[in-house]
Amino acid sequence: MAEYTLKVRRYQPESGEGAYWEEFKVELDPSLSVLDGLLQAKDRDDGSLSVRCSCRAAICGSCGMKINGQSGLGCKTQVGEALEMAERKASVSPSADGGTPPIVIEPMGNMPVIKDLITDMESTHWTKIRRVTPWLLPHGEAPEREYVVEPESMIDITQSMACIQCGACVSSCLSMEADPEFIGPAALAKAYRFVGDPRDAETKERLHDLAHDPHGIYDCTHCFSCIDACPKGVAPMDQIMRLRRKAGEEGIDDDPNNGHSHEEAFVKIIEKKGTLDEALLVQESYAPGVKGKLKPSMGAIKGLIESLPTVLRAIKTGKARSAHKVIPGLHPKLPGGAQDEVKAIYKHAEEHREEFNIYIAGEDEDFVEPEPDEPTDETLAAEAAAAAESEAS
Amino acid sequence: MPTHDVLVIGAGLAGQRAALAAAEEGVSVGIVSKVHPVRSHSNAAQGGINAALNPGDSWESHAFDTIKGSDYLSDQDAVEIMCREAPEEILHLEHLGVTFHRNEEGKLGTRAFGGASAARTYYVADITGQAIMHVLYEQLMKYSERVARYEEWFCTALALDDDGECCGVVTRNIADGSMQLFQAKSVILANGGNGQVWKPTTNALICTGDGIAQAYRAGAKLMDMEMIQYHPTTLAGKGFLITEGARGEGAHLLNKNGERFMERYAPNKMELASRDVVSRAEQTEINEGRGFDDGTVALDITVVPKKRVHEALREIVLVGKDFAGVDITKEPIHIKPGNHYTMGGIKTDVDGRTDIPGLYAAGEVACVSVHGGNRLGANSLLDTLIFGRRSGADAAARAKRTEGSRPSKAVLEAEQATIDAISAREKGSGRRVSEIKFDLGTVMDAKVAVFRDEAGITEALEKVRQLKEEAKTAYIDDKGSVFNQDLLGALELGYMLDNAECTCLAALERKESRGAQYRTDFPERNDEEWLKHIDLQLSDDGPEISYSEVTITQWEPQERTY
Repeated sequence: MAEYTLKVRRYQPESGEGAYWEEFKVELDPSLSVLDGLLQAKDRDDGSLSVRCSCRAAICGSCGMKINGQSGLGCKTQVGEALEMAERKASVSPSADGGTPPIVIEPMGNMPVIKDLITDMESTHWTKIRRVTPWLLPHGEAPEREYVVEPESMIDITQSMACIQCGACVSSCLSMEADPEFIGPAALAKAYRFVGDPRDAETKERLHDLAHDPHGIYDCTHCFSCIDACPKGVAPMDQIMRLRRKAGEEGIDDDPNNGHSHEEAFVKIIEKKGTLDEALLVQESYAPGVKGKLKPSMGAIKGLIESLPTVLRAIKTGKARSAHKVIPGLHPKLPGGAQDEVKAIYKHAEEHREEFNIYIAGEDEDFVEPEPDEPTDETLAAEAAAAAESEAS
Repeated sequence: MPTHDVLVIGAGLAGQRAALAAAEEGVSVGIVSKVHPVRSHSNAAQGGINAALNPGDSWESHAFDTIKGSDYLSDQDAVEIMCREAPEEILHLEHLGVTFHRNEEGKLGTRAFGGASAARTYYVADITGQAIMHVLYEQLMKYSERVARYEEWFCTALALDDDGECCGVVTRNIADGSMQLFQAKSVILANGGNGQVWKPTTNALICTGDGIAQAYRAGAKLMDMEMIQYHPTTLAGKGFLITEGARGEGAHLLNKNGERFMERYAPNKMELASRDVVSRAEQTEINEGRGFDDGTVALDITVVPKKRVHEALREIVLVGKDFAGVDITKEPIHIKPGNHYTMGGIKTDVDGRTDIPGLYAAGEVACVSVHGGNRLGANSLLDTLIFGRRSGADAAARAKRTEGSRPSKAVLEAEQATIDAISAREKGSGRRVSEIKFDLGTVMDAKVAVFRDEAGITEALEKVRQLKEEAKTAYIDDKGSVFNQDLLGALELGYMLDNAECTCLAALERKESRGAQYRTDFPERNDEEWLKHIDLQLSDDGPEISYSEVTITQWEPQERTY
């Protein structure tokens, strides 16, 4: 048993007052959850403290909230861990009295607050879910028995099926903060559940739709917040990247965000130069290849003109003073053999393309222990050093 | 007044399946749920769903296992229907998009489960309930023009017309606190079991026996209320569930001396005997001093290959890590029997009809009875779907041939008055609702659990009745309209107390041991006197007990060994 202070962002809509902070002292075992703490406060001190909850076991997805600024589930965050997190934050910016910091609890972000920790998920989360046509669209009559499909395909989409619709990823999404119309991590992960399903007959239509929506798959900025926030290992951003890859494979390269060309350009530039030629990236994103430059589309011209202010700002602030930062193509390659090593990495990645799926690999990398007869990191490092030495000689 | 041909209360698997089945008949359907549908407790069903679909398996074998598992208290006509219709239902779900596990040929694959003579459990990793429920919700979204969803609306009571037929319900819109009368030609209760009456329980906080109490208060018969399942593998203290799938995959149960003690209790089926048998074995080990100091025995999953654990038991890896601090791939996890499932409930026929015309029940809230004294693992999802579908279809058929009547405003006013009275109680006028809930759960887990006797059950019953009195003056803090969870908690407490009283009465009445009801003062099964259901009905003088026959078609009761 230990005492914890829960500092809760409260809002009572009928009081006529704005949101305010309230601290609750609770006493519980460190292995119990933040939700257990909130329920204790509700049971003992104030029954009006409102939080959606049901299963207490990270299955129902009701208790999405922000704990010390991090989106997640109240029931899945141990109160002891939450305190450690609060202490780490406090050590960066200590409070005036220097005492034990409170565990800070707020409603989820990117959603209107209804009362205390209860948010309006209908107008945000569920509306976006419905946006992706979230049901299977098979063609023709169903077979007499089951659809026969690759066993791996079911395991592949089970990762998206593991989503409990808690909204933690939506709460944490930085792209959605900038563009509230972004379809978002949860809905796009749901979309992959159908795109990856061999029984669905409208894969191409779905991909086309999600790529051509300016708030679709190319609106994600790859920030990893949703992967961090997801309590179920769904890794929504990974699902978005799978959607992009599949869209690319389907030849969908004309999305309005120039997302596909941007990705292609990025990959090519790094393969060629090792580090990013930002000026070339801008040009290639809008007007890819020779064809793009000979016959630039209206969109490309518009996009390039629209990026001029950004370029000027970069020059002004000193971010882009040298010629190779401004003129496409001047950016140098990595020196020596370094560029060859980058190419070797590319080759390896292409030859060993592996999807990361928790239902196959286990959820933590450290989870899979090397077998005794397998080389350990140390022996591998020693081998690598020896190889480098012999190469140098 | 919102008016539908068919109104479903509860949006777990039974409710969603019923709504979809009714909508298929072309009638207007509404579905009311106190939580968003995907928050429903069907989510928690991890292991899978049974069906005799493999070549070489038969529905008769599935039915026999179910009946034997029920300790011969299930109604065999109902079991036959469930097991015959199971394969078609699995295929239907597969066609809708459930991502069932596949074998190497890409066809549906199965796992082994307790009490079953064949591997006939279909599954999605260990999120089967969640996967099926989310797919059904996809269908509800798809057919939103045919099924109106009232998400986060709390049903408080049923409305009967002058002829005693069910014609609607009273609800509270949780978002703004407004009270609303709904009219319907058929009402289907699908609002789940009553696990929260016990503490701890594997059940979610929403499982407060609302529907059982609402039907009971309206005069419907309840049946088999003494039959409460204790699941063999739950985490001590918190009550979290470790799926039977773990034992299905080969995990062992060990006492503190490292013995696989099931050898002594069920030498043939070992860990995969029926749940009542395994729970009693564990409790005996613990009571006789062969458990660990924390009142548990151990479940050893390390014997299951790691790859298989990640593929098929991932949720359990997370539960172990997050809620017990144990890596189940490396060490055994401590478990004990814990409250899990309500076999009893509202008495229905095989089409979900209760003895109140127009009122149906399906899923855990109902008692058809297919589970009798003990439910087999992976039969609960099946029960919800088969009888959800049948209820939906029959409720739609009834709606087509009846006029329907307008529910009286008096019911609404009575409910409003009850709520106003609760809100009016001053702080300190009585006990806090949460305290009464705690006392209730504690006494039920102590006295009406794996082992029972007359003195213990009587003590529990007296306590429940005392708590009922205390609940009349219990106060709440929240006086507002928007999301007043405090108030809903007070209403739920009332339902829980009714459930508890009925369970105590039935447990006291059944003077034998059968299935989940093990009376240490009557340790034998007694078919002569007790091969019958105990029914409970609310009369003017309080609860009234009567009996009904167990339907036997082709399986005469035998001695039950595993």
